[in-house]
Amino acid sequence: MITFDKVTKNYGNITALSEITFSISQGEFAFLTGPSGSGKTTIIKLLLREITPTSGTIKIGDVDIKKLKPDKIPILRRRLGVVFQDFKLLPDRTVFENVALTLEILGEEKKSIPKKVKDILAITELLDRANLFPAQLAGGELQRAVIARAVVGKPDLLLADEPTGNLDPTTSSQIMKLLKTIHQKGTTILMATHNAGIVNEMTQRVISLKKGKLIKDEQSGKYPHKD
Amino acid sequence: MKPLQTALRHIRRAPYQAIAAISTCMLTFTIAAIFIMVALGSSQILKFFETRPEVTVFFKDEASPNQIFSVKEKLEKTGITASVRYISKEEALEIYREENKSDPLLLEMVTANILPASLEISAHDPALLKTIAEMVKSEPIVEEVLFQEDIISSLTKWTNAIRITGITLVLAFAFQTFTIFLIIIGMKISLKREEIEILNLIGASKWDIKAPFIYEGIIYGLTGGFLSWVFAVTALLYATPFLVSFLAGLPVLPVPLWFYPLLLGGILAAGFILGSLGSLVAVRRFLK
Repeated sequence: MITFDKVTKNYGNITALSEITFSISQGEFAFLTGPSGSGKTTIIKLLLREITPTSGTIKIGDVDIKKLKPDKIPILRRRLGVVFQDFKLLPDRTVFENVALTLEILGEEKKSIPKKVKDILAITELLDRANLFPAQLAGGELQRAVIARAVVGKPDLLLADEPTGNLDPTTSSQIMKLLKTIHQKGTTILMATHNAGIVNEMTQRVISLKKGKLIKDEQSGKYPHKD
Repeated sequence: MKPLQTALRHIRRAPYQAIAAISTCMLTFTIAAIFIMVALGSSQILKFFETRPEVTVFFKDEASPNQIFSVKEKLEKTGITASVRYISKEEALEIYREENKSDPLLLEMVTANILPASLEISAHDPALLKTIAEMVKSEPIVEEVLFQEDIISSLTKWTNAIRITGITLVLAFAFQTFTIFLIIIGMKISLKREEIEILNLIGASKWDIKAPFIYEGIIYGLTGGFLSWVFAVTALLYATPFLVSFLAGLPVLPVPLWFYPLLLGGILAAGFILGSLGSLVAVRRFLK
């Protein structure tokens, strides 16, 4: 599904990632852990093709995303679902419209959109919030709306960048439960986090980074660092 | 994606910017519509005078119809006349009677003998009127030559001045409208940086992102254009009774019905071009 082969990313003189190599198979759930500045977000940004690696190869499926032409980047992104720490919902659209947006971008048939949106809002327990605007939602609801938007198009891969970073422990636990449900339905998930509690509780694969280097890659791993 | 709905939402969320854009556009097209109407009206008046028998040649009493016909033939052979009409003394009397039928005093004592025969000549090109007048003046049987040189030349001058002023003003206002579109849409793009970034990240294509802004410019252009048409047509219809009496005898008013949809079509086309051009340049400039 994802292959990182000796990937290095430099920002001027600063090395954000150094010779990173790992791969994630279809249907896996993997945590990307490490303290702030360890390179987690850089990996997410590379996968989204927001930035390109200084050296090395990144493949999603068979596609070498470094070689993608600019007009093909949206097509790559449509195969991915993304959950951001700061939500990134469109403020002037309701929850329903935000979620429907993904399907509209995917070119989904107009008639089938409402049902698909309602289905995912039911899973994320947001049906009663469908017509509210982001400013009217609580933190956990916002994050559930973002997850709904990310998975409604049934992406090959769900990228979650610190999805619980702004949430209290109870809400974080609800979000993780939701991600687990989505994973059980067959979605590959790569989640960047520095929340040791969540990582230790889930007992999934853990890829640990420190100062841009991969220091550990364990199946059913634990959080290795104390921040 | 629904670019039209998104564009309408942008307008709803920032109505004052939309009002500024639409009112500037409306002003431009109102001025354009008024100048088009005035220019067409003055062209019609000019055409009316141009197609009138502009040169009237009166002949001496002793001139025989044969002599007059030979002058007529000579004129027609030059190829510069549009028409040459012979008015005999009898026809002149009939015209005189018709024009003065309400005043019996003027009809008394007037016979065909005291009225001169004449030729009414119109030209293809009003500039050639003088040549025609000079040509007939040299004929020995000609008593007097009248032509409307002054009216035509001052009307031509006015019509040209109206056209030049109109075109200059409309171009200046069109440029101003274009700039306003550019600024307003550019401002909206800047304000929606975050939204654009989100759309980019979730896989929206370039067109998905650009389209609402382009649609917005087109909506400004079309709405401003339509409102200006409503305003100009209302003003024209309101002023028609006054203008009809002011321009009595001139075949300008009422304006034919086909003119209104034609004007609307023209204004909407220009609004579409101005709106799409302004927004396209803004999108190109600010959405790099």
